Amino acid sequence: MRVSRHWRNKLFRYRLVGWRCVSCGAFHYSKPLVCKRCGSREFREVELPKTGKLLAYTMVKIAPKDFKDKAPYLVGLVELDDGTKILGQLTDFTKEELKEGARVEAVLRKIREDGENGIIEYGFKFRPEIHHPP
Amino acid sequence: MGKVYVAGVGLTKIGEHWDKGLEQLMVEAALKALDDSGLSRVNSIYVGNMAGEFLQEQAHLGAIIAEDLGMVGTPAYRVEAANASGAAAIHAGALEIASGRADAVLVIGGEKLSDGLIEEVSSALLMGERQEYEGFMGADFYSINALLYKLYMRRYEVKDDLIAVFPMLSHKHAKGVAHAQYPFEVSLEKILSSPYISEPLRRFEVSGVGDGAAAIVLIGEELKSKIKTPKTELYISSATDFMTPFEREDPLRFQSLGVAVNKVLDEAKVDRGDVDLIEVHDATSIMAAISLESSGFAEPGESGRLAMRGEFDLGGRLPYNTFGGLKARGNPFGATGVYQVAELHLQLTGRAGKNQVDSPRVGMAQSLGGVGATAIVTLLKAV
Repeated sequence: MRVSRHWRNKLFRYRLVGWRCVSCGAFHYSKPLVCKRCGSREFREVELPKTGKLLAYTMVKIAPKDFKDKAPYLVGLVELDDGTKILGQLTDFTKEELKEGARVEAVLRKIREDGENGIIEYGFKFRPEIHHPP
Repeated sequence: MGKVYVAGVGLTKIGEHWDKGLEQLMVEAALKALDDSGLSRVNSIYVGNMAGEFLQEQAHLGAIIAEDLGMVGTPAYRVEAANASGAAAIHAGALEIASGRADAVLVIGGEKLSDGLIEEVSSALLMGERQEYEGFMGADFYSINALLYKLYMRRYEVKDDLIAVFPMLSHKHAKGVAHAQYPFEVSLEKILSSPYISEPLRRFEVSGVGDGAAAIVLIGEELKSKIKTPKTELYISSATDFMTPFEREDPLRFQSLGVAVNKVLDEAKVDRGDVDLIEVHDATSIMAAISLESSGFAEPGESGRLAMRGEFDLGGRLPYNTFGGLKARGNPFGATGVYQVAELHLQLTGRAGKNQVDSPRVGMAQSLGGVGATAIVTLLKAV
């Protein structure tokens, strides 16, 4: 059951691709028919920037069943460089790096497994930004 | 639109009812409410329940409850709006009375969370968010609340004690309440030294896992003059907001709640200052603070200070969660909205026992689905 659901969302989960309303600019992570903010029906596909800053974070201690074996894990609210605010798990952070305002970048990671026989779902998480040489 | 009255209420004690099923709890509450009203038949039944399809793998609760009540033949539906399912069922029932289609409606809210493991209860709660977004991130209900908590402390430059004061208050009011899950006081120190469930949100700042059912009987004008039982007049309004708080204009404001509160005050022709007591949806401490501020009962960032000053005590300016709220009376998801309204009814009919507020005329109950994506506000007036 979950295979097609994951497949439908793969552009956003793998590449942070979504749809921006042509009229008001609201971002939608899955292809909408109507803009949730202004009601417009025109969108353009956009790939969100992969870097941004951490606005706030928390640690999940008692997780939902799909994430039971992953707890504790970090969840953050990130403002991407184009101003889009999105939620995501945080990964690869040391205690020292974990600060509100920290620069982050999206990386592809394993999110969860659908039991013993289902698929393994991948998607973006945020890690501290690694400065690449120019 | 015809007037709607509450004519009877029934509550079960919230707790871990290992020996009773969801259906049994609902029937128990329903029979108490019917007995309280003096009625034995109704035109329709509305059942509020959030997680039965997941935790009990049971849909079709309307017909099941009608059968278990010996009322086969009576129309009966389940209504769902996440944590506000109970209030949504009241809304549906009230509309049928107001339309004139029914003169007596039974509304039952029930939830049995102890049938699930703790991670299943977390998953059930997460179903009130978007599975394709928060669900995929593992960003559970409490983590969203924790992020709001941090933004709140930063914006208003307050410490956690001004937020953790709300669970303390709920526990204070639950003390000795027969139907409460946690009928005892908990000090602010104890709350602030409990472990994090999702930092900065602590274990004692969130409602627990419990089973329970509550029921109310709604009647219209025609029956009102015929039955002698104490009655209150009911008004109810609802609104929605963006699912994710971080997509709202202001994540620290439940706009749905503000809108629903204004609508219900308008319909009931009541001023905010006339509200004598309030039931707030304190699924978490931070939701209590944001709720009071979003609905105009406290200035933004000020609710904690008002609580510290005693304004929300039983004898204060606006008594709050007079039987313990979600935190201490308990929060069996789909039942909670019905508990709130039943408790207001007890207050306004002078049957609140040692928790009785001094001769109240108007009470308000706020029920939220998710983190405020649904808000349903009920106002009761003494008759």
